Amino acid sequence: MEATVVRTGTEGKTWGGGSKSPLKASYGKMMMWYFITSDALTFSAFLAAYGFSRFKFIDAWPIADEVFNHFPFMHGVDAPMYYVALMTFILIFSSVTMVLAVDAGHQMKKSKVTLYMFLTIIGGAIFVGSQAWEWKNFIKGEYGAVETAGGQIIQFIDNNGKRVALDKVAKVLPEDRVEHEAKNGLWFVSDEASLTTYSIDEIKAGFQDSNYLVRTQKLDKNGAKTILSREESLAVINNQAVRVVEGANLTRNEYGAPLFADFFFFITGFHGFHVLTGVIINIIIFFNVIIGTYERRRSYEMVEKVGLYWHFVDLVWVFVFTFFYLV
Amino acid sequence: MAHEASTHDKHSPLKRIWTVFAILSVITLVEVILGIIKPESLVKTTLIYMSLLNWIFIVLTIVKAYYITWAFMHMEHEAKGLRRSVVWTVIFLIAYLTFILLTEGDYVFEVYKNGYIAWDF
Repeated sequence: MEATVVRTGTEGKTWGGGSKSPLKASYGKMMMWYFITSDALTFSAFLAAYGFSRFKFIDAWPIADEVFNHFPFMHGVDAPMYYVALMTFILIFSSVTMVLAVDAGHQMKKSKVTLYMFLTIIGGAIFVGSQAWEWKNFIKGEYGAVETAGGQIIQFIDNNGKRVALDKVAKVLPEDRVEHEAKNGLWFVSDEASLTTYSIDEIKAGFQDSNYLVRTQKLDKNGAKTILSREESLAVINNQAVRVVEGANLTRNEYGAPLFADFFFFITGFHGFHVLTGVIINIIIFFNVIIGTYERRRSYEMVEKVGLYWHFVDLVWVFVFTFFYLV
Repeated sequence: MAHEASTHDKHSPLKRIWTVFAILSVITLVEVILGIIKPESLVKTTLIYMSLLNWIFIVLTIVKAYYITWAFMHMEHEAKGLRRSVVWTVIFLIAYLTFILLTEGDYVFEVYKNGYIAWDF
């Protein structure tokens, strides 16, 4: 048997399979790094696909500052960026407590690791909660809009350029609106599953009596949405408006392109799922720290490995923040 | 171990952590302030298909990513082989993918704009 073993004369060298491990990292840590590599490529594929769709509709994309402008306990106040900036700080700070836990682990200080892991878990939980609130606002919508036959979203403004909500535009008509149900045929049509607050006829009737204007999805060269004149507005509302849109879901989005909502739900959802799993894994490690598993092992490397995952979640958020809210 | 070597040089790990936290916070703050006021001179200047402001955001994001990976994830203390196999792979593939998809997206935009396709009727 020994005769079949190939001798290369490089056995002592690292590249000849020598005793020294070439990457100088434990198997678990190295594999965590390669998992993160592949996960980073998944996220960048999502974000690049978002970039593709945005470049495709570069002159008609929703303006993030108009979409995400809510802040808790400040109802009706236009506060773009503040809330997401707060979320970013929460996540960065939970990254700091995580790295402090790793550092305390290197020094074998069990009580400090416990404290910092606990703070990291709290930070992660607050972040997931904040994201849920952001989703709620996005799904609920604010002003409402009308969709044209071509699938374009048009919004209402008054003469001062201020947005106008649908309930100001609509004129209540004595009509009998019936919710479509699957048992009445066309079971595959889920479009009219729930009725909007006002029908398209009520919006049309109300718009004739008002002096409001229509704002289209098209962006002008300053990046602001195009505002039509009163005559053009009337023509669009009378001839093209087909549906009332309230809030955002996977098929319609009152802020503009449905793709914007799709990517927002998918990317922040996938990121939020990572945060959630990160919190769960952190909780498991937290209890292992408390019961002294790593003290007996004489190594807190497990804390370091979940730390890598947790920082990665923060790293992804940095990019999501840039491409959804800033750029 | 690599991290033990780092505790003995002139920067203690704790000091490094708080310095990096300060850097990340300042960068985020700058991004948020720029995002709120959107200086007109930066928005109007275009550099390679994008406004200068967007380029600033992207560069600041990459700086943040560098600090998170190098300091918080301790990439600076890993072996050269591990560092390169992770960082070079990711940077190359992301740059490639982004270039291909954004070029294609821009092409589709041109087709919609100049072609004979009625999509807003």
